[in-house]
Amino acid sequence: MTLKALAQSLGITLKYLFSKPVTVPYPDAPVALKPRFHGRHVLTRHPNGLEKCIGCSLCAAACPAYAIYVEPAENDPENPVSAGERYAKVYEINMLRCIFCGLCEEACPTGAIVLGYDFEMADYQYSDLIYGKEDMLVDVVGTKPQRREAKMTGKPVKVGYVVPYVRPELEGFKAPTEGGKR
Amino acid sequence: MNWSYPVDPYWMVALKALLVVVGLLTAFAFMTLIERRLLARFQVRMGPNRVGPLGLLQPLADAIKSIFKEDIVVAQADRLLFVLAPLISVVFALLAFGLIPFGPPGSFFGYQPWVINLDLGVLYLFAVSELAVYGIFLSGWASGSKYSLLGSLRSSASLISYELGLGIALLAPVLLVGSLNLNDIVNWQKENGWLFLYAFPAFLVYLIASMAEAARTPFDLPEAEQELVGGYHTEYSSIKWALFQMAEYIHFITASALIPTLFLGGWTMPVLEVPYLWMFLKIAFFLFFFIWIRATWFRLRYDQIMRFGWGFLFPVALLWFLVTALVVALDLPRTYLLYLSALSFLALLGGLFYSPKPVRKGGGA
Repeated sequence: MTLKALAQSLGITLKYLFSKPVTVPYPDAPVALKPRFHGRHVLTRHPNGLEKCIGCSLCAAACPAYAIYVEPAENDPENPVSAGERYAKVYEINMLRCIFCGLCEEACPTGAIVLGYDFEMADYQYSDLIYGKEDMLVDVVGTKPQRREAKMTGKPVKVGYVVPYVRPELEGFKAPTEGGKR
Repeated sequence: MNWSYPVDPYWMVALKALLVVVGLLTAFAFMTLIERRLLARFQVRMGPNRVGPLGLLQPLADAIKSIFKEDIVVAQADRLLFVLAPLISVVFALLAFGLIPFGPPGSFFGYQPWVINLDLGVLYLFAVSELAVYGIFLSGWASGSKYSLLGSLRSSASLISYELGLGIALLAPVLLVGSLNLNDIVNWQKENGWLFLYAFPAFLVYLIASMAEAARTPFDLPEAEQELVGGYHTEYSSIKWALFQMAEYIHFITASALIPTLFLGGWTMPVLEVPYLWMFLKIAFFLFFFIWIRATWFRLRYDQIMRFGWGFLFPVALLWFLVTALVVALDLPRTYLLYLSALSFLALLGGLFYSPKPVRKGGGA
């Protein structure tokens, strides 16, 4: 420890005093997420609007946390919901059990279930944390509590993240992007 | 040189005393915020900015919190002293500030810009700051806890050691000015140039010793959390703890006001002399300087602090006191002191550029 070192250290701290804080003021400013972030699941659709999910329950079988419940039904040939013979009549994920490991995504033969970016799912009731199809299809923006608040205040849903780009597996999913570098 | 100062009526003195107390308490509240914000920025964080605009209401929130927290008195505690100790700390911390002049006579709406003008000013400062040790020591004693007692013993031991260097460093300017009155010291500086030019080593010693006096970072071992839990206020909670905090910050503010008054010309300035303005700027500078040091340097170990105080600060202060005494006793021209001061400044600069590799001694120490 010399006088020189002490003086230099003062210079270093002074330099940092005038640098921009690295803190992300999260609820005020969005969090920058990586494109492969594991967030709330998204049930994607084919470009023609048909659901990719064929109700095979492979995701439920792969799920280590037993968080997924699928109830398949036969497609009406006149008016099909999915691109296969069957579709998921009920598709529920218990977000309290889910560990966001992404094994469902890997097990899915049609690429129907993909982990998205939403993570602000804190809620008051167990029943509200079971997400159905209506909460996870691609065109849904935000999570249940976010959509509930948006409905109450009459404002559009505000999600707390930005991503550099949306990864292609999330076909048709809209997320706020920033610094669009690929 | 004999300066005479007008005397205020008693009601005005009382009013100004009230003003100083209220001002210091407000300053304490906002210094906690400013210090936290500045430290945060030094550490590339943002600091408290949630309560009110820019976090400006944070002190208020802290005050409400500390008043309404549970006030625990330990079963082993000596109840009377336990309550008395924080009060002693705050009262003696508040007492020192009233002496400091903020401008020329009559610049406070026609009254004097100081609370009281004591001929024994510097002695009074020492008396008051020594008495503040009682608050710390009694708190440790009354808590009935070994950590508190150890913390308070450490704290009072280091305070007393540094008080010595502080006092002797101050003898040089007092000898030069020939008065213990703070107003005399400021006026002398107005006529002859600032005292740190005449007594640079004493200025340095005083600066370092006041850091120790205010228990600021390189010397803040009374609160060495890693070793002592919370130091002398381990057992204190709620508003009593806040009172210790208050005393500490008031010492800090007072030290930042005394350094410019004694060595940097107080409210005077060679150019553009405005009462109050320069004093407040100088105080702000030293407050910032102390926070800067807190953000940068580490806490010294207890034995290092004692060795530094007794083995370096004390001899340097004593040496400079003897040199000044020689110059004053033989009535040599005071410019000798200027040259010697400049020489010591050059020596400090030399120390800054000369940096040997740190020597590692074997076997501890």
